Amino acid sequence: MPERTVTVASRSGLHARPAKIFVQAVARQGTAVRIRVGDGKPVPANSMLAVLSLGAGHGTEVTLDADGPGAEEVLDSLADLLSRDLDAEEVPGA
Amino acid sequence: MPEPALDVLRGLGISPGRAAGRLYKMAGPPLLPAPAPVADTGAETALAVRGLESAAGELTARAEGVADPAAREILEAQAMIAADPLLRESVEQRVAAGSDAAHAIDAACAEHREALLAAGGYFAERASDLDDIKNRAVAAVLGLPMPGLPSPGHPFVLAADDLAPADTVNLDPGVVLALVTEKGGPTSHTAILARALGIPAVVACPGALSIAEGTWSSVDGGTGEVHAGIDERTAAEVERSARADRDRLATATGPGRTADGHPVKLLLNIGSVADIPAGSPGEGVGLFRSEFLFLDRRTAPTHQEQTGAYEAVLRAFPEATVVVRTLDAGTDKPLPFLGLPEELNPALGVRGLRVSRRSPEVLDAQLDALAEAARVSGTSPWVMAPMVTTPGEAADFARRARARGLADVGVMVEVPAAALHAHRLLDEVDFLSIGTNDLSQYTFASDRQHGELADLLDPWQPALLQLIAQCAEAGRAAGKPVGVCGEAAADPLLATVLVGLGVTSLSMSARSVPAVRDSLARHTLDQCREHARLALAAADPDGARTAVREAAAA
Repeated sequence: MPERTVTVASRSGLHARPAKIFVQAVARQGTAVRIRVGDGKPVPANSMLAVLSLGAGHGTEVTLDADGPGAEEVLDSLADLLSRDLDAEEVPGA
Repeated sequence: MPEPALDVLRGLGISPGRAAGRLYKMAGPPLLPAPAPVADTGAETALAVRGLESAAGELTARAEGVADPAAREILEAQAMIAADPLLRESVEQRVAAGSDAAHAIDAACAEHREALLAAGGYFAERASDLDDIKNRAVAAVLGLPMPGLPSPGHPFVLAADDLAPADTVNLDPGVVLALVTEKGGPTSHTAILARALGIPAVVACPGALSIAEGTWSSVDGGTGEVHAGIDERTAAEVERSARADRDRLATATGPGRTADGHPVKLLLNIGSVADIPAGSPGEGVGLFRSEFLFLDRRTAPTHQEQTGAYEAVLRAFPEATVVVRTLDAGTDKPLPFLGLPEELNPALGVRGLRVSRRSPEVLDAQLDALAEAARVSGTSPWVMAPMVTTPGEAADFARRARARGLADVGVMVEVPAAALHAHRLLDEVDFLSIGTNDLSQYTFASDRQHGELADLLDPWQPALLQLIAQCAEAGRAAGKPVGVCGEAAADPLLATVLVGLGVTSLSMSARSVPAVRDSLARHTLDQCREHARLALAAADPDGARTAVREAAAA
């Protein structure tokens, strides 16, 4: 199964805004994506609760996996998202 | 359509003004009933899912109504948690295993709450979101009102048992037309909040929570009457005339005076120059609390810093009276740089002027800075000390202030001993300012924060008024001003009593000035004296209020 390992770049980690932006992006893809920390149990990445419960702070390495058609592109775009500091980006419409 | 039955409830009006709208209640968290057997698992699952969906929908709607982007994002994140697929899955599994909808939601939220707590740090802080979501979803399943501040999507009258500070952090005065609580008193959080926001409020109003959700109601924060079951047209009329009242109050300007022209200075209580609104309604500053300069500091502010802050306020009122109160600190209002040791009973300990027994240099530095600010700005501020108890303390403070060229020196009367010897204090100083909040606390031996003793702290207590009368009489005999700068001064009806007692100035928040000005303008000095006589003769605060209200309405 295709995987991407990426370091969480957002200052607040996968929490608050970054977690929200990430989970919303996963939900928009429509592909089942899982996320884990290290060798931990993979959890569904479209669940805010599951993502928050990873406790992935700034600088934590997380691994994404997905299966099926378009999985590679989906993982690339999500990995790119996690490698940016989402706390620093403008609130849309604000 | 039949006329709805009109229900008239009576409570204590503690923030004047009128308003009308549909009434919604602040509900507490729902209580879980005993687990119920489930006959139809499919229907029960659907019920549980609808509960989660309505929690999510409610939070989404709330997020859309919030202007602040940061607050909106928090609510959106909460809505996402309520709609979380994992949460829904664990609820569904529990219903399939035989649990009823409410218990399934309760248990599923508890499980995820544990997972968040285990993640630690700021992830654990989100655990309280799950409590909130659980309460909302369970309330929806049980058909109970949503807990917390209601959000009907239009302005409304808020009814509650009582309001705690945590309940009201998100309270938007643009949406809440009036407050009605079953409990509470004139000094409760609800009362202070309502006055600060300038919205009408009635407290201690039995039956407020028996009014059905969404009932058209009108609230009179002056008389304490609540009319439930009015029709929509009446509500619109009340709102129209309340708006006209507010406009009339806002356009009235000029110095405070009674109907027959007896002048009463209307002054502002401020913490910094930022509290002075544009086109300030007051005639000066009656209480400039200087504490803000000292808060959260490990070291004392420099001479330049202090001078600059005082100068800013003095320049805002170049022609008017500005009364600066010297530092009011103690172990109940701790300031780290003072290094005061802990006390068993801080309210009765080293606070106010007493701090200068230990650290006289702090007071001297403050007086130096104020004297320089006066010189630089070409103004003559008045200066007063808090928590003065004896004429000896007053004399010492006056000596130090006058040695620096500060000519108008006064003391605050907050301790009964000071009120009893008001005439001796006035042998030493030029004016008195009565702090009714602390004077109540010390006269009635009741902690200001103690909810159960709120009735004793009512500023209409006849014994409190008698101490104020004694100070005012001492001022009249000495030909020196005696003002009031506590909560009491902001009550438009009580203001007439204070003027009748002989008080020469009233100091309050800027919002309170228009209603007090209007109240004084509608009574002659003789009427004010009659109000004072009635209030002093009353057996208790309610009797005093009623007697004066009836005299004012006659």
